[in-house]
Amino acid sequence: MSGTVHCWGHQPAIAQTPHAPVWRDETPGQLAALHARFGTTLPFGNGRSYGDSCLAASDHVLHLARLDRFIATDWSRGIVRAEAGMQLATLITAALGHGWFVPVTPGTRFVTLGGALANDVHGKNHHRRGTFGRHVRAFGLLRSDDGTLECTPQTRPELFAASIGGLGLTGIVTWVELQLMPVRTGWLDTVTQRFGRIDDFFRLSAELDPLHEYTVAWIDCLARSARGVYFAGDHAEFGPDAPSPGRVWGVPATPPVSLMNRASLALFNQAYWRAHPAQPRRARSWYQPFFYPLDRIARWNRIYGRRGFQQFQCVLPDAAAEPALRELLGAIAAHGRGSFLAVLKRCGDLASPGLLSFPMAGHSLALDFPHDPALEALFERLDAIVHEAGGRLYPAKDAHMSGQHFRHAYPAWERLERLRDPALMSRFWQRVTT
Amino acid sequence: MKRILIVGATSAIATACARLWAAEGAELFLVARNAERLAETVADLTPRGAAAVHGFELDVNDVHRHADMLEACAAALQQIDIVLIAHGTLPDQAACEADTELMLAEFATNAGATLALLNRLAARLEMQRCGTLAVISSVAGDRGRASNYVYGSAKAAVTACCEGLRARLFRHGVHVVTIKPGFVDTPMTRDLPLPRPLVISAEQAAARIVAGIARRRAVLYVPAFWAAIMFVIRSLPQPIFKRLRL
Repeated sequence: MSGTVHCWGHQPAIAQTPHAPVWRDETPGQLAALHARFGTTLPFGNGRSYGDSCLAASDHVLHLARLDRFIATDWSRGIVRAEAGMQLATLITAALGHGWFVPVTPGTRFVTLGGALANDVHGKNHHRRGTFGRHVRAFGLLRSDDGTLECTPQTRPELFAASIGGLGLTGIVTWVELQLMPVRTGWLDTVTQRFGRIDDFFRLSAELDPLHEYTVAWIDCLARSARGVYFAGDHAEFGPDAPSPGRVWGVPATPPVSLMNRASLALFNQAYWRAHPAQPRRARSWYQPFFYPLDRIARWNRIYGRRGFQQFQCVLPDAAAEPALRELLGAIAAHGRGSFLAVLKRCGDLASPGLLSFPMAGHSLALDFPHDPALEALFERLDAIVHEAGGRLYPAKDAHMSGQHFRHAYPAWERLERLRDPALMSRFWQRVTT
Repeated sequence: MKRILIVGATSAIATACARLWAAEGAELFLVARNAERLAETVADLTPRGAAAVHGFELDVNDVHRHADMLEACAAALQQIDIVLIAHGTLPDQAACEADTELMLAEFATNAGATLALLNRLAARLEMQRCGTLAVISSVAGDRGRASNYVYGSAKAAVTACCEGLRARLFRHGVHVVTIKPGFVDTPMTRDLPLPRPLVISAEQAAARIVAGIARRRAVLYVPAFWAAIMFVIRSLPQPIFKRLRL
């Protein structure tokens, strides 16, 4: 049967035809066939990239979701090798039983290992552990010109660096070998505290970030003061058995218009902020609600309606972070549309092995906006502020940035272009490099 | 801990069932034709929680090796709690109509080999006086349709055999489950133009199959709404049925 797949934000809403190998030995043949028939293709994991970085220029993707097997595990050293289509959720479930956890996880556990590598994802512990790519020991790379390669920092340093954060353009990542992190339980000791102004966030962040493995803040960007809630967490030494999995709620259909509007947003933000304590509160949380609150709502992207949504995620270097952040929040408040999800986080200075890795030492801000034509003007303004501050936007979440901004913010793009597999081309890469 | 034999273990539905059983800590004995794919499947299941996983390479049409396989399985698992028979092919109906040899070969894979396995397994479980025999048949076996009656008649044979075995083995404490999937999105159905709203994933099918086996259901339509659809299709009178393009 033939379905179609889309990017997570449904913006741009360009359907992709998936071609899905089931076994490892089928992948080379399928890549060659797609190359011959459509010119170019692109590896596609579980479709959690927000914009066009996961869309093939030919609209025919090599869909790797069925390649999701474990290949080898060494639980004494915490080293796992698995096929690239495996989701973090599967890996975490298996690893926790042996006292291991993924060292870096983004805000959804439904990303694939290949996708996490290609976007060099980061998590709430970037200040401690850096990006996902730092923990990759080796991976298999299938190229249309050179066949099957095994890449490690020693054997193929150039391809290794270019593929981490390489947006799936250097070849098909077929498997990933990862060094896991030891943990005692799947529980986290958490600290939660709300703050009333953006200055308070910077004070909390400076004081508490160095003390905790995970830190992140939610902000109410409809409120003039940019109030918010600060969360910190650490893997717990002790804890009861795993709780029974909570019910997963789903959004059954895409409503014609976005359910996210100014009124619903203001109400939600108000209630959410009030629900959190004014003084630091300690608690213990299972890892799933702590890391992946949105994973409890299957297909939550549908709440933004048929027109979809766009995320704006930038990182601002330390020197300029505070004033630039005020400017961004001011521009958003003036625009009056606001964002349901606004997440602010400090990034550390641990260098990524990847050429095009997104994080840099500073602060990262992520916002979701229902798509509408008026967004373009707002995004132009926000992009300009980020550019001025010497920051950059996140390709994995992007559907709009200009080629000029991209090439300025990621000067290594030409090195990646030289190593790109000629059979692979994304709509994103086409947009920002030409 | 359940000890489970799966024949046709690299099929999409069987693999999805094996993952669910692995997560429960079962010990698995997997039988498949392709050695490399079998090895990849075996390597995948231990990290998912299986107590132990054994692989056995076998082409089910090689009926003379069935006894060897069963012996190896009995040696590895000691007792067999659940057997899942999941091998099968989807014949090209038009090609079978033009080539009797091909038709017989397809019938041999989908019916003959299955009946041969069931015959040996029935004796083994009868001796154990416990266990569940679960067999993947198909809704296609409920009625012979113009578009795929070669596959349908093979599955009808399997369905009838299971019903007879259920009555025979019931007195010995052995249960038989006939599994009748509708449209499942697997490599076998990849090129068929199936009606999207009726199609489920192999994982969804597996969840229902594993639960149905645990509850010792006799006939399990996957998903459940196929029981209603097939009730209507079975009720259609011959003069109408033969005129439909199904």
